[in-house]
Amino acid sequence: MGDIRPKRNPKAPRQQVPVLEAGRRASTPEEVATGFVEDQVKIEALRCLNCKNPVCVDACPLHLDIKAFIDRMANGDIAGAFEKISEQSPFPGVCGRVCQHELFCEKACLLGKKLDPVAIGSLERYCADYARAAGDGHGAARARPTGAKIALVGSGPASMIAAFDLVRKGYRVSVFEALHELGGVLAYGIPPFRLPREILNQEIDRLAGMGVEFHRNFIVGKTATIDELFAEGYEAVFIGTGAGLPYLMGIPGENLIGVYTANEFLTRINLMQAYRKESDTPVRVGRRTYVIGGGNSAMDAARWAKRLGSETTVLFRRGRAELRARLEEVEHAEQEGIRFEFLAAPVAIHGDDKGFVTGLDCIRMELGAPDSSGRPSPVPIAGSEYSVEVDTVVAAIGQGPNPTLQKATPELITNRGKIVIDASGQTSMEGVFAGGDVVRGGSTVILAMKDGRAAADAIDRALKARRADGVSEGREVAQ
Amino acid sequence: MNRILKRRQLTPEIVLLEVTAPRVARRWKPGNFIIIRPTPESERIPLTIVDGDAGKGSITMVVQAIGKTTMQTAALREGDAIPDLAGPLGEPATVERVGHVLAVGGGVGVAELLPVAGAFRRAGNYVTAICGARNAGLRILQEGLAAATDETLWATDDGSAGFHGNVVELMQAWKPATPPGLIHAIGPIPMMRAVASLTREWGVRTYASLNPVMIDGTGMCGGCRVTVGGKVRFACVEGPEFDAHEVDFDELARRNRAYADKEKEAREAHPCRIGLG
Ligand SMILES: Cc1cc2nc3c(=O)[nH]c(=O)nc-3n(C[C@H](O)[C@H](O)[C@H](O)COP(=O)(O)OP(=O)(O)OC[C@H]3O[C@@H](n4cnc5c(N)ncnc54)[C@H](O)[C@@H]3O)c2cc1C
Ligand SMILES: Cc1cc2nc3c(=O)[nH]c(=O)nc-3n(C[C@H](O)[C@H](O)[C@H](O)COP(=O)(O)OP(=O)(O)OC[C@H]3O[C@@H](n4cnc5c(N)ncnc54)[C@H](O)[C@@H]3O)c2cc1C
Ligand code: SF4
Ligand code: SF4
Ligand code: FES
Repeated sequence: MGDIRPKRNPKAPRQQVPVLEAGRRASTPEEVATGFVEDQVKIEALRCLNCKNPVCVDACPLHLDIKAFIDRMANGDIAGAFEKISEQSPFPGVCGRVCQHELFCEKACLLGKKLDPVAIGSLERYCADYARAAGDGHGAARARPTGAKIALVGSGPASMIAAFDLVRKGYRVSVFEALHELGGVLAYGIPPFRLPREILNQEIDRLAGMGVEFHRNFIVGKTATIDELFAEGYEAVFIGTGAGLPYLMGIPGENLIGVYTANEFLTRINLMQAYRKESDTPVRVGRRTYVIGGGNSAMDAARWAKRLGSETTVLFRRGRAELRARLEEVEHAEQEGIRFEFLAAPVAIHGDDKGFVTGLDCIRMELGAPDSSGRPSPVPIAGSEYSVEVDTVVAAIGQGPNPTLQKATPELITNRGKIVIDASGQTSMEGVFAGGDVVRGGSTVILAMKDGRAAADAIDRALKARRADGVSEGREVAQ
Repeated sequence: MNRILKRRQLTPEIVLLEVTAPRVARRWKPGNFIIIRPTPESERIPLTIVDGDAGKGSITMVVQAIGKTTMQTAALREGDAIPDLAGPLGEPATVERVGHVLAVGGGVGVAELLPVAGAFRRAGNYVTAICGARNAGLRILQEGLAAATDETLWATDDGSAGFHGNVVELMQAWKPATPPGLIHAIGPIPMMRAVASLTREWGVRTYASLNPVMIDGTGMCGGCRVTVGGKVRFACVEGPEFDAHEVDFDELARRNRAYADKEKEAREAHPCRIGLG
């Protein structure tokens, strides 16, 4: 730490994250946003006002000590900044990339009231990348924790942060994942050009190094029930099974070959790596692709379709302002040459005699009164039907909670598939907690993490209370 | 680790594998399946659980080598490990006590039929199995079927054993005066379609165990969707068994050919036909 503190300069322009040139993105899974370079970090960190009352910290659902880590960065202490973040989150590389910071920390940032907010997400990411390059952050293997056993179901962000918190409190933590890879949507949904798998896997490895046990290919409700997990000595269960059930459009022709849900399309490409020659899982991307929807899944599917050589259009029934995807992704999609057709919806899909998609009938929409989501509702314009030729259609119109566990566990109270929890995060079953998308329906990475963290606290409190009551039947509970 | 304890070549194309999977062995029911990846680059493929031994902690599957992934699976040796194996998946078969049950299987479907036929018999039914193969030498699991059913009738395409013809023709020839109370069918799609149209005429409730292309097998992708009674259903979580009279078999057949071109490439580029036969 130098004696001469560099001078703050909030008026400097917000630094733009360098990106791979659009032409180079075609057909590669390479990461698009390459991240700040060293010079930018200093400038951006010095834009921070070091507020007395850092509203950014409150606004971050994990309450990362943003003010403190940016201050360290301003002083050139990147390793120290990474350490600061690591006290609270094992996922700066993930969050720095995919967190919708424009809705949280950066929305609140005081500087943003007059000027552009500090690029908190990009600074967070820089720390993670710096530590990774320096070989730090692998997390030295620790002694095995010895406390009570906790089972976390699903390996998405909700469970992962719960694992981080619980293992640090001394609990023995096992994560059970249905698929053969860990990470939830981060592994099967979000493309590597937004979140390189080395980053994700390294942050997961760090948890493994801390003593978290991972069981892949394990479907709770099928491979073992929740009751069986309790019988095997787990004292609490957290359900973070996500919202993986894809909604269908319910229009004629939806089962034609070449019509995918975004989940299937992205799973084939991201999880099963259909984009690599060596992978055995195929995906069918024709000359023209229409992606239906306006959220993150739609952008991800469209950007993959484009990379796999297709002329790609996003068809969205509302306007650009109503897109729900991260703004950065929309901009990147536009740069990559993806066409947007706003205020239109599909009504029917046509195919040839072998069952392959050939065309899509659409109808134009106009915006009417706000609907239950508070956004203007799309209203079809009579007589505005039109048809386009397509070879691939991807329906990215939303997801509901993954139902497998609920079906096998009728004691769990649900509301339209979503698991219902009380104020403490507990479900209708004693000792069973839930959070993330399975409780919220579709949401965001950082809110899922917020829930996971809250559940870890609730589990800790519940087990301590149980021990205090002497109900733990002599079983050892972590302090 | 899911290690292969036993491998038996049943026909040049069909192999039986017994593999350690203690949790699956404990919880499986007839009609359930697993998803495996025989190598770290493989597709995820569904295979029916043919038998399970909770005491030994093992399950048995029977695989027909028709494409790259099934060929790699069939080429596994005793002692090899399967990197990924998940299950038991799907809903179990509908097993009721109705008196007389007819179980119909064709090709590798005969293996998939075995546990369901056994379950019907244990539930107190008189079970007739009608099974098909191309010729006498390609019949599989005859002893197992004989033990699991009250009677097993074979049809061969060339007449080299049993009835000369396909299973549907044998069903017509066999039809008793009082038809069975329930029919369960599993096999190639054209066979199941033909069984369904015959038993619709007979007016006998019939279930078919469907085999759409699957990926996750947990209801997450929708790739396995089939149309049943005009409604879209996810076969991996709501099936694989459905009311055969309501299934849109034409759509299922079309959807299963979605990747035929790409699969052919993969198969031809793949050298591991060795080890089969
Ligand atoms: C394509 C796509 C892109 C997105 N992009 C962004 C983004 O850029 N930024 C953002 O903030 N949010 C984004 N989101 C939303 C975000 O990914 C989710 O809100 C978040 O991942 C939810 O986390 P989770 O832990 O609740 O569940 P998930 O991430 O869904 O993980 C749940 C896991 O549980 C497993 N599972 C399910 N059932 C069982 C069972 N019975 N037993 C064992 N395991 C089970 C699943 O296989 C899965 O791996 C995106 C979503 C999608 C689909
Ligand atoms: C619930 C379920 C249970 C199954 N149980 C068994 C079993 O016990 N034993 C067994 O041998 N097979 C079983 N199958 C079929 C097996 O999963 C497929 O044969 C396998 O996925 C083909 O993969 P491949 O890479 O070897 O062949 P591919 O190269 O993918 O396909 C080869 C050919 O088979 C067709 N095909 C593709 N997928 C399927 C499919 N799912 N079913 C039938 N034909 C297909 C293709 O059109 C292609 O022409 C089951 C399928 C399901 C859905
Ligand atoms: S986790 Fe998200 S909200 Fe919190 S500081 Fe990082 S980018 Fe901002
Ligand atoms: S609110 Fe903005 S300016 Fe203030 S401390 Fe946080 S990041 Fe810095
Ligand atoms: S295989 Fe993905 S939903 Fe059935």
